[in-house]
Amino acid sequence: MIELRDVHKAFGPKKVLKGVNLSIPKGTSMVVIGGSGTGKSICLKSVLGLVTPDSGMITLDGQDVMRAERDSFLARFGMLFQGGALFDSLPVWQNVAFRLLRGSLKRPKAEAREIAIEKLRRVGLTPDVADLFPAELSGGMQKRVGLARAIAAEPEIIFFDEPTTGLDPIMSGVINELIREIVTEMGATAMTITHDMSSVRAIADNVAMLHGGVIQWTGPVSQMDASGDPYLDQFIHGRAEGPIEAVR
Amino acid sequence: MNILTHFLAAIGHTVLGVLAAMGRISIFAGQTLGHMVRPPIYLKEIGHALLSVGYFSLPVVGLTAFFTGGALALQIYSGGARFNAEAVVPQIVAIGMVRELGPVLVGLMIAARVTSSIAAEIATMKVTEQIDALVTLSTHPMKHLTVPRVLAGLIMVPVLVGIGDIIGIMGGYIVGTRSLGFNSAAYLQNTVNFIEGLDIISSLVKGAAFGFIATLMGCYYGMNTSRGAAGVGKATKGAVEAAAVLILAANFLLTTVFFSI
Repeated sequence: MIELRDVHKAFGPKKVLKGVNLSIPKGTSMVVIGGSGTGKSICLKSVLGLVTPDSGMITLDGQDVMRAERDSFLARFGMLFQGGALFDSLPVWQNVAFRLLRGSLKRPKAEAREIAIEKLRRVGLTPDVADLFPAELSGGMQKRVGLARAIAAEPEIIFFDEPTTGLDPIMSGVINELIREIVTEMGATAMTITHDMSSVRAIADNVAMLHGGVIQWTGPVSQMDASGDPYLDQFIHGRAEGPIEAVR
Repeated sequence: MNILTHFLAAIGHTVLGVLAAMGRISIFAGQTLGHMVRPPIYLKEIGHALLSVGYFSLPVVGLTAFFTGGALALQIYSGGARFNAEAVVPQIVAIGMVRELGPVLVGLMIAARVTSSIAAEIATMKVTEQIDALVTLSTHPMKHLTVPRVLAGLIMVPVLVGIGDIIGIMGGYIVGTRSLGFNSAAYLQNTVNFIEGLDIISSLVKGAAFGFIATLMGCYYGMNTSRGAAGVGKATKGAVEAAAVLILAANFLLTTVFFSI
């Protein structure tokens, strides 16, 4: 269970998070939606310790994430970054097996490569991709490699930051399906950030909407369309008119 | 009065900014040195950095030293002729290259070639979230990116300086024997006789200090870049400027120290 309690974060005078409260039960898939610049990525990065909140508490299974031993704490996580964040200087297989080539999860090189190729196959990529460099791949393939890297060490918790941004609708559908399948088959806890409503419907068990620095609405995805929350309604239907001010 | 207040405030603001930057760089340097002596040590990354900083810098360092040594011989010859001291060319070329020009030119070449490359690479990694990805993959960015590069600077730049010194002296030798009429054996004998152990030590110590500064500035500016392509450009420019100025300042300090020995 991941819990955020009254989390605040400001950058200079700009208060991004103003008391976020959110619970993600173990083995469920939570999708956080909200407009650009509302602090969704900050929420996610706060859990990982990439950003330090100004106040509030974030716990994982009851333990304060800031006090956790970093190596073993991070070993429980996998993350798919918005742009893939693949290491340009390494071939694809070494990107996927990065965690298996060093640190506490280190395996022999041949075994790590074998696992990488198996994970690449799991995300629909053929073994000949393994020796290419990230710059030689299309955007969709880079996302798949990023996904393979996120699941390579079989983490308990996987974060997805805008997994379908920049992809065409068909590739978005493929990535959404892969995420759903992988999260279900691994029994992992997932937290996804997206603007893409097709991703929300494909990936989520639960949805939380972040607006004005707080969680505006949260509940099961099945109740999202009948929530009666004007903010959520405006967002999911993409209306220009409503309580959320659109900057023109 | 108002203009004076604004003027003083501007000076104070600049001084505070410089002091704050020096503090941040000092902390970064301390952290780097701390990580250098604590495991894990990434040997593969260190190997890559040694090649990149050392081996691949050889052509530019060699050519710079060769042409500088040759030009120095011509200048000393023509300048020395004004008071009948043309014969000191081998000695002055040797001491000039080993004590001063070798380390400084190699340091500045490393600042141009290596500092810029390190800053641009790490800054690009930062803006494309590769540094965040390293953290999530349980890898400390400082151990993986900074330590190998700074260690390579500390080890390889003195080696480059030593090679640069020799090539620079050879440049002077070729010009001296081919164009200025010096006897080959006498030129080499004068060079060897004139250089002292302390000259070589000062040259190599300067090389290590300049290597540390050049690679540290590349890493510091890369790690602290702001967003986007403009941020990468700004980090690269800032790193090279800071490295060049600090190398020249460190050269003055080290020369003062060795001068007093």
